[in-house]
Amino acid sequence: MAPTSKDDLSPEDLRKIEADNLVGVGPRPKGRGHLKVAAICGVAFFGMVGAAYAAVPLYKLFCQATGFDGTVRKAVAKPTQVLDRKIEIRFDANVRNLPWDFQAMQVSQDIRIGETGLAFFKVTNTSDKPLTGRAMYNVVPEQAGPYFQKLECFCFSSQTIEPGQTVEFPVVYFVDPGFVTDPDTKGKSEITLSYTFFPAVPDAAGTKQAATTPRIVEPLGGKPPRAL
Amino acid sequence: MAHAADIDHHDASHDDADHKPPFFARWFGSTNHKDIGTLYILFAIMAGLVGGVLSGLIRWELAEPGIQIFGPNSSISLMGLIEQSKHGYNAVVTAHALIMIFFMVMPAMIGGFGNWFVPIMIGAPDMAFPRMNNISFWLLVAAWVLLLTSMFVDGGPGKGFGGGWTIYPPLSTTGHTGPSMDLAILALHLAGASSILGAINFITTIFNMRAPGMTLHRMPLFAWSVLVTAFLLLLSLPVLAGAITMLLTDRNFGTHFFDPAAGGDPVMFQHLFWFFGHPEVYILILPGFGIVSHIVSTFSKKPIFGYLAMAYAMVAIGFVGFIVWAHHMYTVGMSINLRAYFVAATMVIAVPTGVKIFSWIATMWGGSISFKTPMLWAIGFIFLFTVGGVTGVVLSNAGIDYSLHDTYYVVAHFHYVLSLGAVFAIFAGFFYWFEKMWGVKYNEFLGCLQFWIMFVGVNLVFFPQHFLGLQGMPRRYVDYPAAFAHWNYISSVGYAITAVGVVVFLVILLEAAIRRRKAEANPWGEGATTLEWTLSSPPPFHQFSDPPVIKADSH
Repeated sequence: MAPTSKDDLSPEDLRKIEADNLVGVGPRPKGRGHLKVAAICGVAFFGMVGAAYAAVPLYKLFCQATGFDGTVRKAVAKPTQVLDRKIEIRFDANVRNLPWDFQAMQVSQDIRIGETGLAFFKVTNTSDKPLTGRAMYNVVPEQAGPYFQKLECFCFSSQTIEPGQTVEFPVVYFVDPGFVTDPDTKGKSEITLSYTFFPAVPDAAGTKQAATTPRIVEPLGGKPPRAL
Repeated sequence: MAHAADIDHHDASHDDADHKPPFFARWFGSTNHKDIGTLYILFAIMAGLVGGVLSGLIRWELAEPGIQIFGPNSSISLMGLIEQSKHGYNAVVTAHALIMIFFMVMPAMIGGFGNWFVPIMIGAPDMAFPRMNNISFWLLVAAWVLLLTSMFVDGGPGKGFGGGWTIYPPLSTTGHTGPSMDLAILALHLAGASSILGAINFITTIFNMRAPGMTLHRMPLFAWSVLVTAFLLLLSLPVLAGAITMLLTDRNFGTHFFDPAAGGDPVMFQHLFWFFGHPEVYILILPGFGIVSHIVSTFSKKPIFGYLAMAYAMVAIGFVGFIVWAHHMYTVGMSINLRAYFVAATMVIAVPTGVKIFSWIATMWGGSISFKTPMLWAIGFIFLFTVGGVTGVVLSNAGIDYSLHDTYYVVAHFHYVLSLGAVFAIFAGFFYWFEKMWGVKYNEFLGCLQFWIMFVGVNLVFFPQHFLGLQGMPRRYVDYPAAFAHWNYISSVGYAITAVGVVVFLVILLEAAIRRRKAEANPWGEGATTLEWTLSSPPPFHQFSDPPVIKADSH
């Protein structure tokens, strides 16, 4: 690279440089194509902002499709195959920001892989007014997400419980036989299913929904098929 | 390479064009790329001092086990500026990170050196959008005011936001209910807008305003590095902007992007954040690569080895930088295949980075090296950046990262590449272009003295942190068990030495301002071949209104 002044070059040199570089030697036109480049950059900017927002539904779809990050999937039919191998399912129940008492009625269950299991959870509303809660769920190890499937669950929809009332909820689930062939999960001997009850009507957005009809929020697992 | 020294610059005839506007119009409504660059550099020095004082509080606190200054009964008073509680420590750590990243390194490298030298190096009279350039700078000032305000208002658990620069929810949503986090989000919005406008300006300038004969493949490496950086900014910052806007609406407007109670997913934020965050660390270091290339070439009196490979290595680093983000979040529970991909992709980055390191060494090989201050900083950069790169390869292994995640080993790693890498590159560039920018000479002895003090100091700060991390000391805690006391003490002693180095730096500025030794157009001789050395020091207020012509030459 040889920075130099135009005055130091012979006319012959100048012509050669012009031919070499297909650019004119001399004062440049002002603002040539600046706005075009800036506009393309602007499109890239808005495209990336859009991509960031598009990532939210796409990530959700991705989690549901693959069971990524322990997303539990909902099944419509139970598996046809039942294996001899047994697996221990552990149950975990949590409440956040609700005056509810929420417990799993069994610590764990041993079921055969492919077999349908039935577990019960008990919820008591300890406050003096009816409250609606929504259970979010997840399994550990996260890699078991694609194989732990539920046929019926109280978490598919919001639950309203009267003051002082105690409700027992069944959960019908199975572990898909694919569990024993996946290299990520085949060595695992136990799965923990964890629920957390949150208030179903988010209080931060009090103005956004009508007082009488609590908004049904869509859980990670998709739209609920029916209320229990 | 050409011999800029023996070519008399032709701008002497443009004295009439050197009419400067009056003080207020010149510095507050500036549209001149050199003046805006100067403003950015002064801003970065100021922010760097503030961020440095905050890191001093951190090292002071961690000098020995127990709570020294972040306790209610501390004998040291912070005059009520910073809450003296454990939350106050977290807020200081967060502010230190945000200030150093967004208000020190980025303004110095891109806004400062980029504005000053990219137009000159490509033979352009100014930036493509001079008024937008001015907006970029003042948006950054506004962002700075918002960030400082956020430190002094209620965050929820206490004064200021203490959730770390990664601002993960739920700590940044339900964990910090006060207005502090909202102000921090708006500060990031403004800083991001400033950077994106700057990036558009650089891309347009470099694509459209090169001098005749200045093809992309003849363009100086610093201009290349800023071009790649500008693309990284343009493509990654909008994702951060989107993610923090979601945080803002989650906090204030009832959305549930990251709220599991309503079907959101907090891990989603981590993906969005690191899709920005990983390119961001290359944004911080790439302009440094460009600066160091020029300095190594100048002081070895040799053209840079493997020019094209150097340029495309930066392009490759920038590209791969977009597809490795999840190596920051191995512990969220990804499947083994996903982790294997991110491990492999991350390790691939070592290849173009290795190309650069070896090309710098090959440039020095057989050269006539003079160890002036900028060269010391540049060689220090190469050495320390390589150390940080090696620990980076260690951390890229998901299996090892499981045990080292969020320990001081990670802190040591990223301070080696950023605090010692990027900051050394900034100092290298600052002294390399000192005469060019300020029109006066610095004192060479003081320059070397500052380098050696800081070299010893920062290594004492950060090398022991590798040991602490390997022993299992976690990040972001105000206190630690006595077992970690030894190396923490040494680390804090290192800080004190570094602080002396910073004082010497300020003395250099003062000495140069008082003595006012007249600068030469090209103090570095035949090794300095880029266009800025063909101009006077400081350059005329407007340069290259008659564009220079670049001839093909061997690189």
